[in-house]
Amino acid sequence: MEQFFTQLTNGLAVGGIYALIALGYTMVYGILKLINFAHGDLFTIGAYLGLTLLASLALTDTVGAVAGLLVLAVMVMGLVGVIGILLDRAAYKPLRTSPRLSAVVSALGASIVFSNTIMLVYGPSPRVYPQGLLPTHVLDVFGLSIPVMRLVILTTSLVLMVGLYIFIQKTRTGTAIRAAAIDQDAARLMGINVDRVIMLVFFIGPALGGAAGLMVGLHYGQINFTMGWLYGLKAFTAAILGGIGNIPGAMVGGLLLGVIESMGAAYISNAWKDAIAFFVLILILIVRPTGLLGERVAEKI
Amino acid sequence: MTVAARKIKKPLYAVIAACWLAAPFFLGNYQLDVLNNIAIYALLGLSLNIILGYAGMFHMGHGAFFAVGAYTTAVINTTWGVPVLWLLPLSGVAAGLFALVVAKPIIHLRGDYLLIVTIGMVEIVRIALVNNVFGITGGSNGIFGIDAPSLFGRTISGIVAPGDYFYLVTAFLAFTITVFYLLEHSRFGRALQFLNQDPVAAEGSGIDTARYRLAAFGIGAFWAGMVGNLYASKITFISPESFSFWESVVMFMIVILGGAGSIPGVLLGAFLIIGLPELFQGLQQYRLLLFGIVLVAMMIFRPQGILPPAPRSYGVAEDDGENGGQNSAQDGASGGEVRP
Repeated sequence: MEQFFTQLTNGLAVGGIYALIALGYTMVYGILKLINFAHGDLFTIGAYLGLTLLASLALTDTVGAVAGLLVLAVMVMGLVGVIGILLDRAAYKPLRTSPRLSAVVSALGASIVFSNTIMLVYGPSPRVYPQGLLPTHVLDVFGLSIPVMRLVILTTSLVLMVGLYIFIQKTRTGTAIRAAAIDQDAARLMGINVDRVIMLVFFIGPALGGAAGLMVGLHYGQINFTMGWLYGLKAFTAAILGGIGNIPGAMVGGLLLGVIESMGAAYISNAWKDAIAFFVLILILIVRPTGLLGERVAEKI
Repeated sequence: MTVAARKIKKPLYAVIAACWLAAPFFLGNYQLDVLNNIAIYALLGLSLNIILGYAGMFHMGHGAFFAVGAYTTAVINTTWGVPVLWLLPLSGVAAGLFALVVAKPIIHLRGDYLLIVTIGMVEIVRIALVNNVFGITGGSNGIFGIDAPSLFGRTISGIVAPGDYFYLVTAFLAFTITVFYLLEHSRFGRALQFLNQDPVAAEGSGIDTARYRLAAFGIGAFWAGMVGNLYASKITFISPESFSFWESVVMFMIVILGGAGSIPGVLLGAFLIIGLPELFQGLQQYRLLLFGIVLVAMMIFRPQGILPPAPRSYGVAEDDGENGGQNSAQDGASGGEVRP
């Protein structure tokens, strides 16, 4: 029972990270029907930018740990968001009317460019985040131990997700995003600037991915330039699991995949941990290609 | 293609083939080894071309079939000492059967979903190899001591005598090009290209698209399995490292950059992607960065690849009783895939 609970909280923390990355996939897919292969690398860029800013600005020393990390998160999200917009401009915008394969291959090329740029800038060996910035103590709840860090990660990702959900559902801009996802041409006729919507999506998605990268760096302490591809693939699996193009779906899918993975690692086999996500992916595409909450895009699959 | 270009095409191919065959007389062992690698990747590219080029299925897990073939050879050869060349067809069959089993449930997936699933497949295969599945793959250490191929009592070592191995792999490459050229121009090849162009119309013309797609997977994997045999016996040592996801990406890029659906294109792609980096050793660390940039730029400026297949022209059709006018195009109810 104790192991179960440990794995559950661990899975939820990792799942929150998957969900944040999955949101970027699902939003871009919802609008452009494009799998943004480079999204996982934007996540990595977030982790590395966080490290650089943390080391060079010494924010946590000047304004205190909590405020410093918040400022850091905002900066990382902003920067990665801008990189996302640039990515779209350079690699995807010229291909809006091309066949899908061209855009997918271009995305793959962009992913290779990003991961190798990171490698050339930061070197091929893993980098270590400074320790001691975050609480390391363990809460004791009814005899079960929960590291505070897991709660922080889960809470942060939930706050970001809920914020995004409210933004998409309640604001005018959010409505424009939803409209463009359903029918770009009709949205254009209704006076929505679809190009601006796409730009916005390419800002928000990577910004959330960058935040996830920062959290991974802070939590696990170690980052490397290839980590984006595995996190990216798993987050994509999460997006499919929840129903791609569906924003609540990505959140549910991410959390669920995190839990499935950590349970599988604990109770089935740790050596097969990374394969579990792929089995889930294949299974879900065969059995229920629309995902759990994917009714809205059923006809598109 | 202009008329002039068409005129010089055949002599040009002949000159290239002659240069290739004469290479062992001029080049050292290191360069020959590079040529052997180019030939192996050309073979892999050609086998992937059946699936990705002709049938148009976004398959980025071809390394899995290559791995199954290589491991089949390695396990049987090191356990029972069966000569590796005898295992050539068997490796192909093993990979082909594996492909039929795994491709059957995923064949209906739309383009980019298939891509993701095949990536998942190749990763599962790699993880299975690392975890020493069935206790025969040797885990992450791999399998050592695979025999070199031997023909007419002569051992053809890819390590000691790359010149000998060069002719073995070249012979197989020539055989492959011939077979695939015939395949491309056969009824089967035309059907694959038709269902790539317009699956609904193909289904309407009586092509069982699911079956043809599966057959494309089977043939492509069969060939990749045989190349796996050649590869295992060339370096005599294989490990999961040799079959990482990156290998599958390289095969994918060879086909896409060279020209999907075009045999000369794929050969050129293999030469450029495997051979060219050897000429720029100094730029080693920027190699992948350049790859990525080229990939993006190609998709923007020349998405069909460097040497795309020439447009087909057919003589005026004579009714052969099979493809007569009785098949009218059907609507989407035929179960074919509907693109948004």
